[in-house]
Amino acid sequence: MRRIRNLLVLLLACVAAYYAWMHRPLSPVPWGDDNVETLRSLSIASLPPLPADSSNAVADNPDAAILGNRLFFDTRLSPNGEVSCATCHQPDLGFTDGLQKGLGIGESRRNTRSIVGVAYSPWLYWDGRRDSLWSQALSPLEDPQEHGSNRMHIVRLVTSEDTYRGMYQSLFGQPPDFSDATRFPIAAAPVDDPNLANAWAAMSDSDRQAVNKVYANIGKAIAAFERTVLPQATRFDAYVGAVLRDDKEQQDALFNKDELLGLQLFIGAARCTECHNGPLFTNHEFHNTGILTYPGELPDRGRIDGVREVLRNEFNCLGDFSDDPERRCDELQYVRRGPELIGATRTPSLRNVSQTSPYMHKGQLATLAEVLQHYNRAPDAMIGHNEAEPLGLTRPQLQRLEAFLRTLAAPSAR
Amino acid sequence: MCSRRLFLVLIAAVVTAQANAATTWTSQSGHFRLSVQSELNPVVINKIHRWSLQVVDADGAPVTGAVMSVQGGMPAHDHGLPTAPRISGQPEPGKYLLEGLRFHMRGQWQLEFTIEVGETRDVVIVAIEL
Repeated sequence: MRRIRNLLVLLLACVAAYYAWMHRPLSPVPWGDDNVETLRSLSIASLPPLPADSSNAVADNPDAAILGNRLFFDTRLSPNGEVSCATCHQPDLGFTDGLQKGLGIGESRRNTRSIVGVAYSPWLYWDGRRDSLWSQALSPLEDPQEHGSNRMHIVRLVTSEDTYRGMYQSLFGQPPDFSDATRFPIAAAPVDDPNLANAWAAMSDSDRQAVNKVYANIGKAIAAFERTVLPQATRFDAYVGAVLRDDKEQQDALFNKDELLGLQLFIGAARCTECHNGPLFTNHEFHNTGILTYPGELPDRGRIDGVREVLRNEFNCLGDFSDDPERRCDELQYVRRGPELIGATRTPSLRNVSQTSPYMHKGQLATLAEVLQHYNRAPDAMIGHNEAEPLGLTRPQLQRLEAFLRTLAAPSAR
Repeated sequence: MCSRRLFLVLIAAVVTAQANAATTWTSQSGHFRLSVQSELNPVVINKIHRWSLQVVDADGAPVTGAVMSVQGGMPAHDHGLPTAPRISGQPEPGKYLLEGLRFHMRGQWQLEFTIEVGETRDVVIVAIEL
């Protein structure tokens, strides 16, 4: 009996010692020069001016942004009058929707990405199947699970509704007259729906081109609005400012010990900045990180299919509807292909990350803790090759990383 | 300890300089020397850009009409470049232009240039630290 008691005491002492060691106080190491430069590179103060979009002549036109803003929130863009861009990109949720997969007319294929700072990315969607904000904006409108609309409905609405017509005309000139129903059907689009596709195929080439031109302009106005949705300064940015000023008192006031140690891990042993780098905490690139799919659902092929789709998209940077006569499309012209892209998806920004759950391309992981555990384990990918390697971090270290990630929330995001 | 740190600092300085300024490498079999000059100085991550290249033979004479290609990646991470850059010849003797290059992580990168002139084929390995 005494032996069992002694064993229990010993066991308890071991457990207590283990926890004491795991939670031992660690005095923060002062930031070295290299680390200070890394912190500076992550700060919102390092965010460059918006990259120009030469394919969109109204990209930075304030009137286009006003038109785009209205279109973004207009549910009439869907035939049932219930779905707008903001149905999934809700400003109060960091321009996401809090769902595993977007929910429009039906359930979309993937998780809704935030549009905060999206104008900095050369690629759109998880698989990068669009190469400009304006070409991306056109895609959900005709997706049967999202707006479920068609371009004929959209261009007729914008060019006939009183307010929109005037705004459109002042930006893009006199729109074509779409009132002749024999030439311009009520509903038509080059999509899978045979009724819409047949109606589209029956139109003349020049009429289809006229519709596409207006449709592209509508996308360009929405893009002009989306370019104004930019990240706001966070507590992390204030902390970096204090580091750069060498203001220790302010540093201590802004970050507690867990957040500081989490930041040290983030730019160090946890290797997060290999992909989550720069002031938006993303390299805008495609990586396979071994995210498992749902039971009964095929693994997502990701970028390998996204590349094929963007290259054949009629609204891509090299297409007829770009406003850049020189077709400066470096990203598209030098796009990478190959097996590395199997199962790869685009690195998301981590700004506001604590407000944009669930995570990953199909919302597979519900919490930041689950995400961090996933990267700590780095399981084999279901298809392709998981680029990540197990990190071997302890549970307190993962908790500190999560504490740091929560400092990336902008006050106005929710 | 101190001398080891100094050695590492010196190595880092040399390697960083390779990424910043025009630098010359000799091909594996000694047939060519390749000089590179980035339009970005210093080279930064996440920005697509161009490099000017110059190829000379073992005697230092400009090599014109070479067929060149480039592959690369991060050996430590077992992944390639995020883009598929291409090299084109330029009117000036021995000059070439590398377009569509982008790096998306800090760390050690390696570029493998293949240079072919007639029957002669050689490879230049360029290592840079970002």
